[in-house]
Amino acid sequence: MSEQTTTPTYVLRGAAPLGADPVDLVLAGGVITEVRAANSPVAEDETVVDATGLVALPGLVDLHTHLREPGREDAETIVSGTRAAAVGGFTAVHAMANTTPVADTAGVVEQVWRIGRDAGWVDVHPVGAVSVGLEGTQLAEIGAMAASAARVRVFSDDGKCVWDPILMRRALEYVKAFDGVVAQHAQEPRLTEGAQMNEGVVSAELGLAGWPAVAEEAIIARDVLLAEHVGSRLHVCHLSTAGSVEIIRWAKGRGIDVTAEVTPHHLVLTDELARDYDPTFKVNPPLRTAADVEAVRQGLADGTIDIVATDHAPHTREDKDCEWAAAAFGMTGLETALSVVQQTMVDPGRMTWADVARVLSAAPARIGRIDEGPTAQGRPLEVGEPANVVLVDPAARRVVDGRTQSTASTNTPFHGRELPGRVVATFLRGRATVLDGAPVEQVAGVRS
Amino acid sequence: MSSGPAVPSSEPPVTPEDPSDGVTTVLGEAEIARALTRIAHEVVERNKGAHDVVLLGIPTRGVPLAARLAERLASIEPGLVAADVVGELDVTMYRDDLHKHPVRTIGATHLPASGIDGKVVVLVDDVLFSGRTIRAALDAISDIGRPRAVQLAALVDRGHRELPIRPDYVGKNLPTSLSERVSVRLVETDGAASSGEPVTDAVLISQRPTTPSEATR
Amino acid sequence: MKHLLSTADLSRADAIRILDTAAQMAATQSREIKKLPTLRGRTVVNLFFEDSTRTRISFETAAKRLSADVINFSAKGSSVSKGESLKDTALTLQAMGADAVVIRHQASGAPHTLAHAGWVDSAVVNAGDGMHQHPTQALLDAFTMRRHLVARGAAGAGGTRVAGDPTGQDLAGLKVAVVGDVLHSRVARSNVHLLHTLGAHVTLVAPPTLVPVGVETWPCDVSYHLDEVLAETAPDAVMMLRVQRERMSGSGAGGGAFFPNPLEYTRNYGLDGRRLALLPDHTIVMHPGPMNRGLEISAEAADSPRAVIVEQVANGVAVRMAVLYLLLAGEASTERAGLE
Repeated sequence: MSEQTTTPTYVLRGAAPLGADPVDLVLAGGVITEVRAANSPVAEDETVVDATGLVALPGLVDLHTHLREPGREDAETIVSGTRAAAVGGFTAVHAMANTTPVADTAGVVEQVWRIGRDAGWVDVHPVGAVSVGLEGTQLAEIGAMAASAARVRVFSDDGKCVWDPILMRRALEYVKAFDGVVAQHAQEPRLTEGAQMNEGVVSAELGLAGWPAVAEEAIIARDVLLAEHVGSRLHVCHLSTAGSVEIIRWAKGRGIDVTAEVTPHHLVLTDELARDYDPTFKVNPPLRTAADVEAVRQGLADGTIDIVATDHAPHTREDKDCEWAAAAFGMTGLETALSVVQQTMVDPGRMTWADVARVLSAAPARIGRIDEGPTAQGRPLEVGEPANVVLVDPAARRVVDGRTQSTASTNTPFHGRELPGRVVATFLRGRATVLDGAPVEQVAGVRS
Repeated sequence: MSSGPAVPSSEPPVTPEDPSDGVTTVLGEAEIARALTRIAHEVVERNKGAHDVVLLGIPTRGVPLAARLAERLASIEPGLVAADVVGELDVTMYRDDLHKHPVRTIGATHLPASGIDGKVVVLVDDVLFSGRTIRAALDAISDIGRPRAVQLAALVDRGHRELPIRPDYVGKNLPTSLSERVSVRLVETDGAASSGEPVTDAVLISQRPTTPSEATR
Repeated sequence: MKHLLSTADLSRADAIRILDTAAQMAATQSREIKKLPTLRGRTVVNLFFEDSTRTRISFETAAKRLSADVINFSAKGSSVSKGESLKDTALTLQAMGADAVVIRHQASGAPHTLAHAGWVDSAVVNAGDGMHQHPTQALLDAFTMRRHLVARGAAGAGGTRVAGDPTGQDLAGLKVAVVGDVLHSRVARSNVHLLHTLGAHVTLVAPPTLVPVGVETWPCDVSYHLDEVLAETAPDAVMMLRVQRERMSGSGAGGGAFFPNPLEYTRNYGLDGRRLALLPDHTIVMHPGPMNRGLEISAEAADSPRAVIVEQVANGVAVRMAVLYLLLAGEASTERAGLE
């Protein structure tokens, strides 16, 4: 590839890998070529990036992103969404299948994959639908998607639950042929008809139809037992309740091959935010109680929950600038995820930066089976590994402004809030996608 | 209740002027009592008796003044029962300046059992100023009945009329400048129950606070 | 306060001020000339996204009695069908210069959104939103209770109650049973808050399926047994809630089938002659209307002398006049001080 001739050799000077002692990281030819002592002399043809005081992490990997293209390019495009991802420190995202048309054929997943590759901000790994049209009745062409150029390994009807137990069983079994995983959106449909927010004290007062915790937990319980029965790999999307954490903990204790994710927003926000009927805080699964927030933090800290995934869900203004019941579910997250994890887990001392690298890079890459090969993600910051690096300033603080984010939508729940940490630079296989906190416009056609 | 209820005997005589806060007392307890007695006699004289008269006090301080006048009418006119000729008329909902002030609390309207149709209604207010309150009162009256005549009694007329309205009975004409504020203190409305301190009847004049929107009386 | 969105926002003093103002309004409504010039030149828009002829007429009457101009904007079935946004409707009203918007909407929180999204400058009055609130209904209920139970000195506790004029009084010591579909009822939610604020003690009575999860934080008691509540608490007022027909079948939203069938509901939660006889003599029977006779209330109970259901309707006009007066009569430029 042409990269070696167009991309400079970067020296990330004084960076602290995973928060350890500072070193100079040298990125060249798409890989980490050298780890020098901090502030070593540099050659004339090396480009120095001052990383003093910055933490270096492997490029972040999001297992749960809605890029909206094809279909809802008014909310987000693959280009705008992946640019936002890079700004947030990501080098790979998994694009969810609930587009229009649904990503349930090899054709659609290959289109998404190609547009993502050509945009060049991050690696885009399409998620394939489990069922045709997300309808929950007939298996999609999972094998064709797996064999396509997009090499799909994660399958999900996200947005909808694979509710039919026999369809779920078949999907769990079927993906074993190519080491795939079914990522379940756990939501018992009958218990959540018309549901608007977490069922509890706040919903009772606000008169909004409740989305009970049990509707999530019942499906997770069923699915871990199904996964155990058929010996398959299960991933649980965006778990949000204390009970869900308990079930996963129990399942892992039993040796069931299950992984689980939590979103940044479920790590910090609660259903109390619904009190002003601001649809920015309408999300599925809904924001839960403070006790649930504490439980998912604990689950993440002790490894019960494997990863943080954004569930970045951009929506147009008109889908949020309305009464609560009419508003769409979802909030953006790519550009705030790392800050929220720092605020809720690192700053209080519940996780190290090495843990952050695990839950936001290595583990999601492993679950998505993108941790091997020439475009491997989630690898350690070691010589010879792909140069996917993000530099974070943990001492910075910033006030989030939804209007100035890179995502095409403004529905961030953190607008106006101060968050710690700032992504200073992101490198995708040695090429800078973000420098000085700003996206580096990519030369069309550059492929890494 | 011809001269107001008793006040503690230690009450000092009304000070004509208190330079510390720029408040001047223009009428004291005794002068107010005399003025009301005179007005009562004028009402009887002008209407050739008081049996067709209904006294309607305008809240807040017009109400006790009307009651006091009714007591005096009863003492002048044999057989007349004070309670039968007195009422109160709230004009809040007829005001033309509602949007210029914080929302006013609506007072009660009580009419004597005999009503006001065919009667001579004497409106009673404490201070006559722009005339707008009386304009509102006239509108209010026309919504609740048709009196034979409407007359106006005011304890103080301070001038500065903005409407063609004049009083029939005045306790005291008090030339004022617009920068002055006239306030009336009555034991019924401003007494111990509301302020916690013993109070005597008085009409006071002071410099208006800087806010020009201070209620016009 | 600029708006009336929820009874939870009302302090005791606010609530009493509204009730006292309503009492003065009610007094004017027995006159031959009922119309007052108070809100001349003000424009009140009735914005109804949900059919409710009764509530709309009540607000319309209240506004007209105060000489406000009234525009009825029935969003249901007009061009504003599903899909047209509340925002565009609001901007239209803003352009027409509405001073107050009285909004009925099927979505909980829509009045809150209308008031706070920056679309309109008007005062917003919630005339019922989804399963959330219906504050003027609760106020008229409280007004009715105060008239019947406080003016007559029927309150149990307190002892200092002045019989005759309830002006300035709250509902301290009164016991109120609210019976029926609490889960879906904005009337119940509004009443629980307001009655609690006014010092009354509320017992909600409903089958467990019609009590919301989270009710334990509400300032009231909850019972599943109507006969027990009537016999043991001797309520001063019994408020029956309407049961929607769609709650009975298995196909409704949210799962439907909240009770086995209407007969069983009536047997356990309907107010009939037998249950009426359990009540103290002074107890009043209330219903926000429209009634399902024979389901939650029998004809005998609905037509008994202790039923004040028709009076509730009349009081609704006075209460809504009071609310419009307090929201609209003061200075528009500053805080609408009526309900501070």
